[in-house]
Amino acid sequence: MVHGEIWTVKELFTYPNEFIYWSVQIVMYPFMTGLVAGAFVLSSLYHVFGIKELKDIARFALVFSFALLFVAPMPIMLHLQHPFRGINVIMTSHFTSAIAAFGIVFFAYAAIVASELWFLYRKHFVDNALALRQKQDKTSAEQLWYLLYNTLTLGAYDVSAKALHRDEKAIKVLAGAGIPVACFLHGYAGFIFGSVKANALWMTPLMPVIFIMSAIVSGIALCMLTYIVVMEIRKILIRRSRKRWEVTLEEVKGVEVHVVKMTSRYLILFLVLAITLELLDLIFRGYTAVKSWDVLRSVLFERDFYDIFIMQYGIGNLVPLILFLIPGLTIRRTVIGVLLVLFGVFMMRWNVVIGGQAFSLTFAGYMHYLLPIIPHDWETFKEGLFGAVGILLMPYVLFYFIAKVLPVFGDAKQEGH
Amino acid sequence: MLNRRNFLKYTLAGAAGLAVPAGIKASTGTAPAEPKKGDTRWIFLVDSTKCVGCGMCVKACKHENEIQYDLSVSRTWVERYVVTKDGKVHADSPKAARDGFTSQLIDQGHHGMETIKPGDIAKAFFVPKLCNHCENPACVQVCPVGATYQTKEGVVLVDRTWCIGCGYCIMACPYGVRFFHPVYHTAEKCTFCIHRLHAGLKPACVEACPFGARKIGNRLDPNDPVTRTVLEDKVQVLKEEFGTKPQVYYLGLSMEVK
Repeated sequence: MVHGEIWTVKELFTYPNEFIYWSVQIVMYPFMTGLVAGAFVLSSLYHVFGIKELKDIARFALVFSFALLFVAPMPIMLHLQHPFRGINVIMTSHFTSAIAAFGIVFFAYAAIVASELWFLYRKHFVDNALALRQKQDKTSAEQLWYLLYNTLTLGAYDVSAKALHRDEKAIKVLAGAGIPVACFLHGYAGFIFGSVKANALWMTPLMPVIFIMSAIVSGIALCMLTYIVVMEIRKILIRRSRKRWEVTLEEVKGVEVHVVKMTSRYLILFLVLAITLELLDLIFRGYTAVKSWDVLRSVLFERDFYDIFIMQYGIGNLVPLILFLIPGLTIRRTVIGVLLVLFGVFMMRWNVVIGGQAFSLTFAGYMHYLLPIIPHDWETFKEGLFGAVGILLMPYVLFYFIAKVLPVFGDAKQEGH
Repeated sequence: MLNRRNFLKYTLAGAAGLAVPAGIKASTGTAPAEPKKGDTRWIFLVDSTKCVGCGMCVKACKHENEIQYDLSVSRTWVERYVVTKDGKVHADSPKAARDGFTSQLIDQGHHGMETIKPGDIAKAFFVPKLCNHCENPACVQVCPVGATYQTKEGVVLVDRTWCIGCGYCIMACPYGVRFFHPVYHTAEKCTFCIHRLHAGLKPACVEACPFGARKIGNRLDPNDPVTRTVLEDKVQVLKEEFGTKPQVYYLGLSMEVK
């Protein structure tokens, strides 16, 4: 069987070599890079523009963005037919290809996030390293922690007020430089699709901009969701044993509601921008009605109507927009809202990637994608439901370990290592 | 130790070794093994009025290039178009037409077979398809590692040792000529049978066509019959609007062809 044949149902007249070659992992790829970019932009809103209301979520968003960053290339690795040759993209980049820039953009972005994190946590590293250095009779675990923190300081032990002030300046510069790079990282993911002239649905210069907007939407939504989940866990912990914590339950509740309300405003702003651009694209295609419009119309309004207008625009965009706009936002309503927003962005990626392959290059046939659910070989595992769910869970696994070194909340010291 | 016997042996072997390439060059005649840039630009001519849909070209291609016979993918294929009197276009290419069009039923994929009454048919014809070996190939542009490339003779090839299997080239080709090779798991496509061209032979599909519907030529040779047809006759190319400058030219192409 040829790659793609197992999950493709062909209808009417299609070319013999046509199949759904870009499957669920290519849906996951822009979804994950979108979350990276969005989380970073959210953290930069505080560091660069000084939006103080976002202070509490900014630090968390930056660390989470770092965890997401490592997951972003994983869908591609699962998609490649020769994953061990994936390094060739960096080793022998062919720069007329949009994908070839991946290595440069990705590592530039990773360097910015990593150095911003370093400046942000430098004092934490130094404090821990010095505390452990002075400690007598270190256990082997403490010895390892000492080695780690000592390495992470990179030999810079100056934590005077002057030095810390310089750190803050550096963070501001890096966060500022990071915004265009984050937008570029994701905008270029949009360019990968938007520049495929053979694909009538993908080819539009609006694609990178649409991708950036929906990326920011999804990044903010995921940060809000994870933030709420973490805060709820803390509330439960505080209820159980008050002594360990320096904050009271009421304080945590108050901070949580305030942060969520503030962040949701930015979510609404970017959501409206994303929807506007997508509708503009749709209207423009209908109005100009070039050769491909007949087949596109049949895909958009007939075959994929449910996926696009009910799932994506209806449940994924309109319902959460209403939920957020009703006055008196509660935590529960926010959770439902952000879950729907994340679902909406995922459906948008799905409708672009899978929808773009739903019609044949002949414009006279269709291809239907059947997501492999129960895997029966490696291919249906990695490019099926299990592979996609694995990618979705991966950031949390990484975040768990990263947050052990880079605590995301102010009172983390009480939790202790 | 170099005694007289060994000296004679080595001298003979060396002389024979020197003579072999010269002999090969003499025997292959017109086609030089490694043409310099500017000598050759391979182009293809399809006379769709001559195609009867026998599928011999597809069969020959599959055998020559070792593309599994049972698979529906193929480096070349033949399409059948049936235009009914109500103006509707019915088209198919079942299994790339490797067995020829032996049934009057039109393959509609998941929708099954479509029956068309002979009396309803306004016109019907066959169109062979293959890689267009474009002058401005979209597939070469998008390859992130440079595994697919254009040779000096204008032929677009894939390096199976370097392709990472991302599928970007498959997505970028407006003609749907590319697919993943089921064994090598790399991008696969028509090569104009460059291995045969370099050996002074014609591509397998050209050789196999009993009606002369497929021809290969050198655009840089003004006396080449294919070049003369392309220059002097009314020819068309497929999907010109993509700006890829395809180098497979068609005689007698109808507007219904996708």
